[in-house]
Amino acid sequence: MKLNLALAQINTELGNIQANLEKHLTLVKQACQDGMDLLVFPELSLTGYVLQDLVPAVSCRPESDDPFFQQLLDASRNIDLVVGFVDEDTRHRFYIASAYLSQGEVVHVHHKVYLPTYGLFDEGRFFAPGDSVRAFETRFGRFGMLICEDFWHASPPYILWQDGADVLLFSSASPGRGLNGEPKLESSTWVEHINRAYASLFTIFVAHTNRSGFEDGLNFWGGSTVFDPNGKLVAQAPYFEEALTKTEIDLNQLHRTRARLPLLRDERPELVQRELERILHGN
Amino acid sequence: MEINLSIDPELVRKILTEFIRSEIIRVGFSRAVVNLSGGIDSAVSFVLAAEALGPQNVLAICLPYKTSLADSLEHAQMLIDQSGCPSVTIPITEMTDPLIAREPGMSEIRKGNIMARARMIVAYDQSEAFKGLVVGTGNKTEILLGYTTLYGDSACALNPIGDLYKTQVRQLARALGIPEPIIAKPPSADLWAGQTDEGELGFTYEEVDKLLYLLVDQRYRPEECVEAGFDEKFVRQVFERVRKNQFKRVLPPIAKLSSRTVGYDFLYLRDWGT
Repeated sequence: MKLNLALAQINTELGNIQANLEKHLTLVKQACQDGMDLLVFPELSLTGYVLQDLVPAVSCRPESDDPFFQQLLDASRNIDLVVGFVDEDTRHRFYIASAYLSQGEVVHVHHKVYLPTYGLFDEGRFFAPGDSVRAFETRFGRFGMLICEDFWHASPPYILWQDGADVLLFSSASPGRGLNGEPKLESSTWVEHINRAYASLFTIFVAHTNRSGFEDGLNFWGGSTVFDPNGKLVAQAPYFEEALTKTEIDLNQLHRTRARLPLLRDERPELVQRELERILHGN
Repeated sequence: MEINLSIDPELVRKILTEFIRSEIIRVGFSRAVVNLSGGIDSAVSFVLAAEALGPQNVLAICLPYKTSLADSLEHAQMLIDQSGCPSVTIPITEMTDPLIAREPGMSEIRKGNIMARARMIVAYDQSEAFKGLVVGTGNKTEILLGYTTLYGDSACALNPIGDLYKTQVRQLARALGIPEPIIAKPPSADLWAGQTDEGELGFTYEEVDKLLYLLVDQRYRPEECVEAGFDEKFVRQVFERVRKNQFKRVLPPIAKLSSRTVGYDFLYLRDWGT
Protein backbone atom coordinates (compact mmCIF):
# COMPACT_ATOMS: atom_id res chain seq x y z
CA MET A 1 0.00 0.00 0.00
CA LYS A 2 1.28 3.42 -0.93
CA LEU A 3 0.70 6.61 1.01
CA ASN A 4 1.18 9.96 -0.66
CA LEU A 5 2.44 12.06 2.21
CA ALA A 6 2.99 15.81 2.18
CA LEU A 7 4.75 17.84 4.86
CA ALA A 8 3.63 21.46 5.08
CA GLN A 9 6.70 23.25 6.39
CA ILE A 10 5.14 26.65 6.92
CA ASN A 11 5.85 29.96 8.58
CA THR A 12 3.01 31.33 10.71
CA GLU A 13 1.72 34.69 11.88
CA LEU A 14 1.98 34.93 15.65
CA GLY A 15 -1.52 34.88 17.09
CA ASN A 16 -3.34 35.41 13.78
CA ILE A 17 -5.45 32.27 13.35
CA GLN A 18 -7.38 33.62 10.37
CA ALA A 19 -4.22 34.28 8.35
CA ASN A 20 -2.76 30.92 9.31
CA LEU A 21 -5.98 29.09 8.51
CA GLU A 22 -6.00 30.64 5.05
CA LYS A 23 -2.47 29.39 4.49
CA HIS A 24 -3.57 25.91 5.61
CA LEU A 25 -6.47 25.92 3.16
CA THR A 26 -4.26 27.08 0.29
CA LEU A 27 -1.83 24.25 0.92
CA VAL A 28 -4.67 21.74 1.28
CA LYS A 29 -5.85 22.75 -2.16
CA GLN A 30 -2.39 22.40 -3.62
CA ALA A 31 -1.76 19.03 -1.95
CA CYS A 32 -5.12 17.75 -3.22
CA GLN A 33 -4.27 18.83 -6.75
CA ASP A 34 -1.00 16.96 -6.38
CA GLY A 35 -2.85 13.79 -5.40
CA MET A 36 -1.69 13.68 -1.79
CA ASP A 37 -3.45 11.47 0.80
CA LEU A 38 -2.19 13.12 3.98
CA LEU A 39 -0.91 16.61 4.74
CA VAL A 40 0.92 17.27 8.02
CA PHE A 41 1.34 20.74 9.50
CA PRO A 42 3.83 21.66 12.23
CA GLU A 43 3.31 22.31 15.94
CA LEU A 44 0.91 25.18 16.68
CA SER A 45 0.47 25.72 12.95
CA LEU A 46 -2.77 27.67 13.43
CA THR A 47 -1.34 30.07 15.99
CA GLY A 48 2.45 30.41 15.94
CA TYR A 49 4.75 29.23 18.71
CA VAL A 50 5.90 31.77 21.33
CA LEU A 51 2.36 32.68 22.31
CA GLN A 52 2.90 33.56 25.97
CA ASP A 53 -0.10 35.68 27.05
CA LEU A 54 -1.77 35.15 23.67
CA VAL A 55 -2.60 31.54 24.60
CA PRO A 56 -6.16 32.16 25.89
CA ALA A 57 -6.88 34.45 22.93
CA VAL A 58 -6.06 31.88 20.24
CA SER A 59 -7.51 28.65 21.61
CA CYS A 60 -10.09 26.66 19.74
CA ARG A 61 -12.00 23.41 19.97
CA PRO A 62 -11.50 20.54 17.52
CA GLU A 63 -15.23 20.30 16.85
CA SER A 64 -17.47 20.95 13.89
CA ASP A 65 -19.09 24.01 15.51
CA ASP A 66 -15.73 25.73 15.97
CA PRO A 67 -15.46 28.34 13.18
CA PHE A 68 -11.85 27.41 12.37
CA PHE A 69 -12.18 23.65 12.68
CA GLN A 70 -15.37 23.69 10.64
CA GLN A 71 -13.32 24.79 7.62
CA LEU A 72 -10.51 22.35 8.33
CA LEU A 73 -12.96 19.48 8.76
CA ASP A 74 -14.56 20.39 5.45
CA ALA A 75 -11.11 20.39 3.85
CA SER A 76 -10.41 16.94 5.33
CA ARG A 77 -13.11 15.39 3.13
CA ASN A 78 -10.56 15.35 0.32
CA ILE A 79 -7.31 14.76 2.18
CA ASP A 80 -6.33 13.66 5.69
CA LEU A 81 -4.84 16.47 7.77
CA VAL A 82 -2.73 16.95 10.86
CA VAL A 83 -2.98 20.49 12.26
CA GLY A 84 -1.39 22.11 15.28
CA PHE A 85 -3.46 24.33 17.58
CA VAL A 86 -4.18 25.44 21.15
CA ASP A 87 -6.89 23.21 22.59
CA GLU A 88 -8.99 24.65 25.43
CA ASP A 89 -10.84 21.93 27.30
CA THR A 90 -14.22 22.31 28.97
CA ARG A 91 -12.52 23.16 32.25
CA HIS A 92 -10.50 25.90 30.43
CA ARG A 93 -7.12 24.27 30.52
CA PHE A 94 -4.97 25.02 27.50
CA TYR A 95 -2.97 22.37 25.67
CA ILE A 96 -0.53 22.34 22.79
CA ALA A 97 -2.39 19.96 20.51
CA SER A 98 -2.34 18.14 17.19
CA ALA A 99 -5.53 16.90 15.55
CA TYR A 100 -5.79 14.20 12.89
CA LEU A 101 -8.74 15.00 10.63
CA SER A 102 -10.16 12.67 7.99
CA GLN A 103 -13.36 12.51 5.94
CA GLY A 104 -14.85 15.42 7.87
CA GLU A 105 -14.22 13.83 11.28
CA VAL A 106 -11.77 14.37 14.12
CA VAL A 107 -10.02 11.01 14.29
CA HIS A 108 -7.62 11.76 17.13
CA VAL A 109 -6.33 14.64 19.24
CA HIS A 110 -2.96 14.50 20.96
CA HIS A 111 -2.08 16.87 23.78
CA LYS A 112 1.65 17.54 24.15
CA VAL A 113 2.76 15.54 27.16
CA TYR A 114 6.20 17.03 27.76
CA LEU A 115 6.27 20.81 27.95
CA PRO A 116 9.84 22.11 27.86
CA THR A 117 10.28 24.77 30.53
CA TYR A 118 13.99 25.47 30.56
CA GLY A 119 16.52 27.44 28.55
CA LEU A 120 14.67 29.36 25.88
CA PHE A 121 11.45 27.38 26.45
CA ASP A 122 8.62 28.43 28.76
CA GLU A 123 5.73 26.15 27.80
CA GLY A 124 4.95 24.89 31.31
CA ARG A 125 4.13 28.43 32.34
CA PHE A 126 1.33 28.77 29.81
CA PHE A 127 0.07 25.25 29.04
CA ALA A 128 -1.26 22.18 30.78
CA PRO A 129 0.49 18.90 29.98
CA GLY A 130 -1.35 16.13 28.20
CA ASP A 131 -1.69 12.83 30.02
CA SER A 132 -2.05 10.19 27.37
CA VAL A 133 -0.12 8.72 24.47
CA ARG A 134 -2.34 6.65 22.18
CA ALA A 135 -2.06 5.24 18.69
CA PHE A 136 -5.14 5.50 16.47
CA GLU A 137 -6.61 3.92 13.34
CA THR A 138 -6.51 5.78 10.05
CA ARG A 139 -7.54 4.68 6.57
CA PHE A 140 -3.85 3.96 5.96
CA GLY A 141 -3.15 1.90 9.07
CA ARG A 142 -2.40 2.65 12.69
CA PHE A 143 -0.57 5.92 13.36
CA GLY A 144 0.76 7.90 16.30
CA MET A 145 1.30 11.63 16.77
CA LEU A 146 3.78 13.40 19.01
CA ILE A 147 4.77 17.03 19.40
CA CYS A 148 8.40 18.17 19.66
CA GLU A 149 9.60 17.61 23.25
CA ASP A 150 7.40 14.48 23.38
CA PHE A 151 9.85 12.73 21.09
CA TRP A 152 12.90 13.86 23.05
CA HIS A 153 11.67 11.37 25.62
CA ALA A 154 12.11 7.79 24.47
CA SER A 155 8.95 6.49 26.13
CA PRO A 156 6.21 8.15 24.01
CA PRO A 157 7.49 6.73 20.70
CA TYR A 158 7.97 3.38 22.43
CA ILE A 159 4.42 3.42 23.77
CA LEU A 160 3.02 4.28 20.33
CA TRP A 161 5.06 1.48 18.79
CA GLN A 162 3.68 -0.99 21.32
CA ASP A 163 0.19 0.44 20.79
CA GLY A 164 0.41 -0.61 17.16
CA ALA A 165 1.56 2.51 15.35
CA ASP A 166 3.52 1.84 12.17
CA VAL A 167 3.75 5.48 11.15
CA LEU A 168 4.77 8.19 13.61
CA LEU A 169 3.83 11.74 12.72
CA PHE A 170 6.04 14.19 14.61
CA SER A 171 5.44 17.90 14.50
CA SER A 172 7.52 20.69 15.96
CA ALA A 173 8.36 24.37 16.09
CA SER A 174 12.02 23.87 16.78
CA PRO A 175 14.12 27.00 17.29
CA GLY A 176 17.43 26.76 15.47
CA ARG A 177 20.58 27.02 17.57
CA GLY A 178 24.13 25.79 17.94
CA LEU A 179 27.02 26.94 15.72
CA ASN A 180 30.05 24.70 15.43
CA GLY A 181 31.57 25.49 12.06
CA GLU A 182 29.44 22.91 10.27
CA PRO A 183 27.01 23.96 7.54
CA LYS A 184 24.11 22.69 9.67
CA LEU A 185 22.83 23.93 13.04
CA GLU A 186 23.33 21.59 15.99
CA SER A 187 19.58 21.59 16.62
CA SER A 188 18.99 20.13 13.14
CA THR A 189 21.60 17.43 13.69
CA TRP A 190 20.11 16.46 17.07
CA VAL A 191 16.58 16.08 15.72
CA GLU A 192 17.65 14.16 12.62
CA HIS A 193 19.65 11.75 14.80
CA ILE A 194 16.74 10.88 17.03
CA ASN A 195 14.21 10.60 14.23
CA ARG A 196 16.47 8.24 12.36
CA ALA A 197 17.02 6.31 15.58
CA TYR A 198 13.29 5.78 16.21
CA ALA A 199 12.73 4.64 12.63
CA SER A 200 15.62 2.17 12.90
CA LEU A 201 14.96 0.90 16.44
CA PHE A 202 11.22 0.46 15.96
CA THR A 203 11.28 -0.42 12.23
CA ILE A 204 8.60 2.19 11.54
CA PHE A 205 8.08 5.28 9.41
CA VAL A 206 8.89 8.56 11.13
CA ALA A 207 7.68 11.74 9.43
CA HIS A 208 8.70 14.99 11.08
CA THR A 209 7.22 18.34 10.10
CA ASN A 210 9.05 21.35 11.47
CA ARG A 211 8.22 24.95 10.79
CA SER A 212 10.22 27.77 9.22
CA GLY A 213 10.31 31.52 9.69
CA PHE A 214 11.12 33.74 12.65
CA GLU A 215 9.51 34.92 15.86
CA ASP A 216 11.54 37.85 17.18
CA GLY A 217 15.11 36.53 17.16
CA LEU A 218 14.19 32.85 17.04
CA ASN A 219 14.65 31.09 13.71
CA PHE A 220 12.77 27.90 12.94
CA TRP A 221 15.01 25.70 10.84
CA GLY A 222 12.57 23.64 8.77
CA GLY A 223 14.37 20.60 7.40
CA SER A 224 11.33 18.32 7.75
CA THR A 225 12.15 14.67 7.14
CA VAL A 226 10.70 11.23 6.46
CA PHE A 227 12.67 8.14 7.53
CA ASP A 228 11.60 4.66 6.49
CA PRO A 229 11.68 1.48 8.66
CA ASN A 230 15.29 0.88 7.62
CA GLY A 231 16.24 4.29 9.02
CA LYS A 232 16.76 5.55 5.52
CA LEU A 233 16.03 9.18 4.74
CA VAL A 234 13.35 9.15 2.05
CA ALA A 235 12.41 12.84 1.97
CA GLN A 236 13.78 16.07 3.30
CA ALA A 237 12.55 19.64 3.05
CA PRO A 238 15.00 22.53 2.69
CA TYR A 239 16.34 24.22 5.81
CA PHE A 240 14.82 27.55 6.89
CA GLU A 241 12.37 27.94 4.01
CA GLU A 242 8.68 27.29 3.59
CA ALA A 243 8.10 24.14 1.56
CA LEU A 244 5.50 21.59 0.66
CA THR A 245 7.48 18.36 0.61
CA LYS A 246 5.77 15.44 -1.08
CA THR A 247 6.77 11.83 -0.95
CA GLU A 248 5.22 8.47 -1.70
CA ILE A 249 5.86 6.04 1.11
CA ASP A 250 5.52 2.34 0.48
CA LEU A 251 3.88 0.86 3.58
CA ASN A 252 4.89 -2.63 2.36
CA GLN A 253 8.41 -1.69 3.42
CA LEU A 254 7.23 -2.61 6.93
CA HIS A 255 6.82 -6.21 5.72
CA ARG A 256 10.25 -6.37 4.14
CA THR A 257 12.12 -4.69 6.99
CA ARG A 258 10.44 -6.75 9.71
CA ALA A 259 11.07 -9.97 7.79
CA ARG A 260 14.75 -9.09 7.94
CA LEU A 261 14.76 -7.55 11.39
CA PRO A 262 12.03 -8.83 13.77
CA LEU A 263 12.61 -6.29 16.54
CA LEU A 264 8.88 -5.79 17.04
CA ARG A 265 8.26 -9.55 17.27
CA ASP A 266 11.02 -9.98 19.84
CA GLU A 267 10.25 -6.92 21.95
CA ARG A 268 9.23 -7.83 25.51
CA PRO A 269 6.95 -5.14 26.90
CA GLU A 270 6.04 -7.39 29.88
CA LEU A 271 9.68 -7.29 30.90
CA VAL A 272 9.60 -3.49 30.65
CA GLN A 273 6.43 -3.42 32.70
CA ARG A 274 7.84 -5.75 35.34
CA GLU A 275 11.06 -3.80 35.70
CA LEU A 276 9.22 -0.47 35.79
CA GLU A 277 6.94 -1.89 38.50
CA ARG A 278 10.02 -2.80 40.48
CA ILE A 279 11.70 0.56 39.86
CA LEU A 280 8.61 2.64 40.63
CA HIS A 281 6.94 0.56 43.35
CA GLY A 282 9.66 -1.70 44.65
CA ASN A 283 7.84 -4.92 43.77
CA MET B 1 37.47 21.43 27.35
CA GLU B 2 36.78 22.12 23.74
CA ILE B 3 36.59 25.70 22.56
CA ASN B 4 34.99 25.90 19.16
CA LEU B 5 34.27 29.43 18.04
CA SER B 6 34.27 28.58 14.37
CA ILE B 7 31.18 29.31 12.32
CA ASP B 8 30.01 28.29 8.90
CA PRO B 9 29.70 31.78 7.42
CA GLU B 10 27.21 30.78 4.74
CA LEU B 11 24.85 29.23 7.29
CA VAL B 12 25.06 32.32 9.49
CA ARG B 13 24.65 34.62 6.52
CA LYS B 14 21.47 32.83 5.45
CA ILE B 15 19.91 32.98 8.92
CA LEU B 16 20.85 36.60 9.52
CA THR B 17 19.69 37.97 6.17
CA GLU B 18 16.39 36.14 6.57
CA PHE B 19 16.12 37.45 10.12
CA ILE B 20 16.58 41.04 8.92
CA ARG B 21 14.08 40.60 6.12
CA SER B 22 11.48 38.91 8.30
CA GLU B 23 11.76 41.23 11.27
CA ILE B 24 11.61 44.40 9.19
CA ILE B 25 8.95 43.45 6.68
CA ARG B 26 6.51 41.86 9.13
CA VAL B 27 6.19 45.12 11.07
CA GLY B 28 5.35 47.07 7.95
CA PHE B 29 8.73 48.38 6.84
CA SER B 30 10.96 47.51 3.92
CA ARG B 31 13.99 49.66 4.67
CA ALA B 32 16.77 50.02 7.20
CA VAL B 33 19.33 52.56 8.36
CA VAL B 34 22.74 51.66 9.75
CA ASN B 35 25.30 53.87 11.48
CA LEU B 36 28.61 53.11 9.79
CA SER B 37 31.61 53.73 12.02
CA GLY B 38 34.18 52.34 9.63
CA GLY B 39 34.65 49.37 11.94
CA ILE B 40 33.98 45.71 11.36
CA ASP B 41 30.75 45.30 13.36
CA SER B 42 28.79 48.01 11.60
CA ALA B 43 30.29 46.86 8.29
CA VAL B 44 28.87 43.36 8.84
CA SER B 45 25.42 44.56 9.92
CA PHE B 46 25.32 46.95 6.99
CA VAL B 47 26.31 44.39 4.36
CA LEU B 48 23.81 41.87 5.76
CA ALA B 49 21.06 44.49 5.68
CA ALA B 50 21.89 45.46 2.10
CA GLU B 51 21.82 41.82 1.07
CA ALA B 52 18.54 41.24 2.90
CA LEU B 53 16.63 44.28 1.69
CA GLY B 54 18.42 45.37 -1.48
CA PRO B 55 21.00 48.18 -1.51
CA GLN B 56 18.49 50.87 -2.43
CA ASN B 57 16.62 50.12 0.80
CA VAL B 58 19.48 50.60 3.22
CA LEU B 59 20.75 54.02 4.21
CA ALA B 60 24.34 54.25 5.42
CA ILE B 61 24.87 57.01 7.96
CA CYS B 62 28.35 58.39 8.64
CA LEU B 63 28.66 60.47 11.78
CA PRO B 64 32.17 61.77 12.21
CA TYR B 65 33.34 63.88 15.17
CA LYS B 66 36.19 66.32 14.66
CA THR B 67 38.69 63.92 16.28
CA SER B 68 37.52 60.82 14.42
CA LEU B 69 40.28 59.09 12.50
CA ALA B 70 40.39 59.81 8.79
CA ASP B 71 40.51 56.04 8.30
CA SER B 72 37.07 55.64 9.81
CA LEU B 73 35.36 57.76 7.18
CA GLU B 74 37.45 56.26 4.38
CA HIS B 75 36.57 52.74 5.42
CA ALA B 76 32.89 53.61 5.69
CA GLN B 77 33.08 55.12 2.21
CA MET B 78 34.69 51.94 0.83
CA LEU B 79 31.68 49.99 2.05
CA ILE B 80 29.20 52.47 0.67
CA ASP B 81 30.88 52.41 -2.73
CA GLN B 82 31.02 48.64 -2.70
CA SER B 83 27.36 48.24 -1.72
CA GLY B 84 25.68 50.86 -3.87
CA CYS B 85 23.54 51.98 -0.93
CA PRO B 86 22.47 55.60 -0.45
CA SER B 87 24.39 57.40 2.26
CA VAL B 88 24.41 60.54 4.30
CA THR B 89 27.27 62.13 6.26
CA ILE B 90 26.30 64.26 9.23
CA PRO B 91 29.16 65.50 11.40
CA ILE B 92 28.21 65.44 15.07
CA THR B 93 30.78 67.99 16.24
CA GLU B 94 28.38 70.93 16.03
CA MET B 95 25.72 69.21 18.05
CA THR B 96 27.97 67.77 20.75
CA ASP B 97 30.58 70.48 21.31
CA PRO B 98 28.25 73.06 22.91
CA LEU B 99 27.29 70.51 25.58
CA ILE B 100 30.88 69.43 26.08
CA ALA B 101 32.04 73.08 26.27
CA ARG B 102 29.73 73.76 29.24
CA GLU B 103 32.07 71.78 31.47
CA PRO B 104 35.74 72.32 30.86
CA GLY B 105 37.76 69.23 31.73
CA MET B 106 34.91 66.84 31.05
CA SER B 107 36.12 63.22 31.17
CA GLU B 108 36.71 61.26 27.99
CA ILE B 109 34.06 58.77 29.11
CA ARG B 110 31.42 61.48 29.34
CA LYS B 111 32.41 62.93 25.99
CA GLY B 112 32.36 59.48 24.45
CA ASN B 113 28.88 58.81 25.84
CA ILE B 114 27.63 62.14 24.48
CA MET B 115 28.96 61.27 21.03
CA ALA B 116 27.47 57.79 21.10
CA ARG B 117 24.09 59.22 22.10
CA ALA B 118 24.29 62.00 19.49
CA ARG B 119 24.83 59.27 16.89
CA MET B 120 21.76 57.48 18.22
CA ILE B 121 19.68 60.67 17.87
CA VAL B 122 20.76 61.05 14.25
CA ALA B 123 20.15 57.37 13.48
CA TYR B 124 16.61 57.54 14.83
CA ASP B 125 15.94 60.82 13.06
CA GLN B 126 17.14 59.31 9.77
CA SER B 127 15.07 56.25 10.57
CA GLU B 128 11.93 58.39 10.46
CA ALA B 129 13.05 60.36 7.40
CA PHE B 130 14.07 57.27 5.40
CA LYS B 131 11.24 55.12 6.84
CA GLY B 132 13.76 52.45 7.74
CA LEU B 133 14.41 50.60 11.00
CA VAL B 134 17.71 51.03 12.84
CA VAL B 135 19.78 47.88 12.48
CA GLY B 136 22.08 47.34 15.44
CA THR B 137 25.78 46.67 15.34
CA GLY B 138 26.65 45.32 18.80
CA ASN B 139 28.37 41.92 18.96
CA LYS B 140 27.98 39.32 21.71
CA THR B 141 31.35 40.10 23.30
CA GLU B 142 30.56 43.75 23.83
CA ILE B 143 26.99 43.05 24.92
CA LEU B 144 28.19 40.60 27.57
CA LEU B 145 31.00 42.88 28.73
CA GLY B 146 28.72 45.91 28.68
CA TYR B 147 31.29 47.67 26.50
CA THR B 148 28.68 49.92 25.02
CA THR B 149 26.84 53.17 25.76
CA LEU B 150 23.33 52.57 27.01
CA TYR B 151 20.83 54.32 24.71
CA GLY B 152 23.81 55.16 22.51
CA ASP B 153 25.43 52.64 20.19
CA SER B 154 23.35 49.87 21.79
CA ALA B 155 20.07 51.44 20.65
CA CYS B 156 18.44 49.70 17.69
CA ALA B 157 15.23 48.12 16.42
CA LEU B 158 16.84 44.75 15.75
CA ASN B 159 20.34 43.34 16.01
CA PRO B 160 21.53 40.66 13.59
CA ILE B 161 25.01 40.17 15.08
CA GLY B 162 24.36 40.23 18.83
CA ASP B 163 24.82 36.46 19.19
CA LEU B 164 28.21 36.40 17.44
CA TYR B 165 31.41 36.91 19.39
CA LYS B 166 33.88 39.39 17.95
CA THR B 167 36.11 36.61 16.63
CA GLN B 168 33.06 35.09 14.91
CA VAL B 169 32.13 38.47 13.40
CA ARG B 170 35.59 38.47 11.83
CA GLN B 171 34.94 35.10 10.20
CA LEU B 172 31.63 36.34 8.84
CA ALA B 173 33.19 39.60 7.64
CA ARG B 174 35.64 37.71 5.44
CA ALA B 175 32.87 35.69 3.82
CA LEU B 176 30.85 38.85 3.20
CA GLY B 177 33.73 40.39 1.27
CA ILE B 178 34.34 43.23 3.71
CA PRO B 179 37.58 44.98 2.72
CA GLU B 180 40.58 43.59 4.57
CA PRO B 181 41.74 46.93 6.09
CA ILE B 182 38.44 47.06 8.00
CA ILE B 183 38.88 43.51 9.28
CA ALA B 184 42.57 43.88 10.08
CA LYS B 185 42.65 47.18 11.98
CA PRO B 186 42.51 47.21 15.79
CA PRO B 187 38.90 47.58 16.94
CA SER B 188 38.17 51.02 18.35
CA ALA B 189 35.17 53.07 19.39
CA ASP B 190 37.17 56.00 17.96
CA LEU B 191 35.83 58.34 20.60
CA TRP B 192 39.23 59.82 21.45
CA ALA B 193 42.72 59.72 19.99
CA GLY B 194 44.54 56.44 20.48
CA GLN B 195 41.53 54.61 21.95
CA THR B 196 41.37 50.90 21.18
CA ASP B 197 38.89 48.36 22.56
CA GLU B 198 41.60 45.96 23.63
CA GLY B 199 43.67 48.74 25.24
CA GLU B 200 40.68 49.95 27.21
CA LEU B 201 39.39 46.52 28.18
CA GLY B 202 42.83 45.25 29.15
CA PHE B 203 42.63 41.97 27.23
CA THR B 204 42.25 40.80 23.65
CA TYR B 205 39.02 39.68 22.00
CA GLU B 206 40.73 36.43 21.16
CA GLU B 207 41.28 35.70 24.87
CA VAL B 208 37.99 36.95 26.22
CA ASP B 209 35.88 35.25 23.53
CA LYS B 210 37.31 31.88 24.55
CA LEU B 211 36.54 32.55 28.19
CA LEU B 212 33.03 33.88 27.51
CA TYR B 213 32.33 30.88 25.28
CA LEU B 214 33.17 28.58 28.19
CA LEU B 215 31.32 30.57 30.85
CA VAL B 216 28.24 31.52 28.86
CA ASP B 217 27.74 29.06 26.01
CA GLN B 218 29.17 25.95 27.64
CA ARG B 219 28.15 26.80 31.24
CA TYR B 220 31.54 26.09 32.80
CA ARG B 221 32.07 27.44 36.31
CA PRO B 222 34.71 30.17 36.71
CA GLU B 223 36.84 27.77 38.83
CA GLU B 224 36.86 25.25 36.00
CA CYS B 225 38.15 27.92 33.61
CA VAL B 226 40.96 28.72 36.05
CA GLU B 227 41.79 25.02 36.32
CA ALA B 228 41.92 24.89 32.53
CA GLY B 229 44.64 27.53 32.53
CA PHE B 230 42.88 30.91 32.39
CA ASP B 231 44.40 33.51 34.71
CA GLU B 232 42.32 33.73 37.88
CA LYS B 233 42.27 37.52 37.99
CA PHE B 234 41.20 37.68 34.37
CA VAL B 235 38.39 35.19 34.94
CA ARG B 236 37.15 37.08 37.99
CA GLN B 237 37.37 40.42 36.21
CA VAL B 238 35.41 39.19 33.18
CA PHE B 239 32.78 37.39 35.27
CA GLU B 240 32.22 40.54 37.37
CA ARG B 241 32.01 42.69 34.27
CA VAL B 242 29.31 40.48 32.81
CA ARG B 243 27.36 40.52 36.09
CA LYS B 244 27.64 44.26 36.70
CA ASN B 245 26.48 45.10 33.19
CA GLN B 246 23.26 43.08 33.28
CA PHE B 247 21.38 46.39 33.61
CA LYS B 248 22.40 47.26 30.06
CA ARG B 249 20.83 44.06 28.75
CA VAL B 250 17.37 44.39 30.26
CA LEU B 251 14.58 46.92 30.21
CA PRO B 252 14.52 49.11 33.34
CA PRO B 253 12.63 47.38 36.15
CA ILE B 254 9.13 48.72 36.66
CA ALA B 255 7.87 48.83 40.24
CA LYS B 256 5.01 46.37 40.36
CA LEU B 257 1.76 47.71 41.79
CA SER B 258 -1.11 46.36 39.71
CA SER B 259 -2.17 42.81 38.97
CA ARG B 260 -0.63 42.98 35.53
CA THR B 261 2.64 44.76 34.89
CA VAL B 262 4.76 45.27 31.82
CA GLY B 263 7.89 43.16 32.11
CA TYR B 264 6.50 40.64 34.62
CA ASP B 265 3.11 39.30 33.64
CA PHE B 266 2.26 41.11 30.43
CA LEU B 267 4.18 38.83 28.11
CA TYR B 268 4.15 39.14 24.35
CA LEU B 269 6.85 38.97 21.73
CA ARG B 270 7.58 42.03 19.66
CA ASP B 271 6.15 40.07 16.73
CA TRP B 272 2.71 39.81 18.37
CA GLY B 273 0.03 39.61 15.67
CA THR B 274 2.44 39.54 12.72
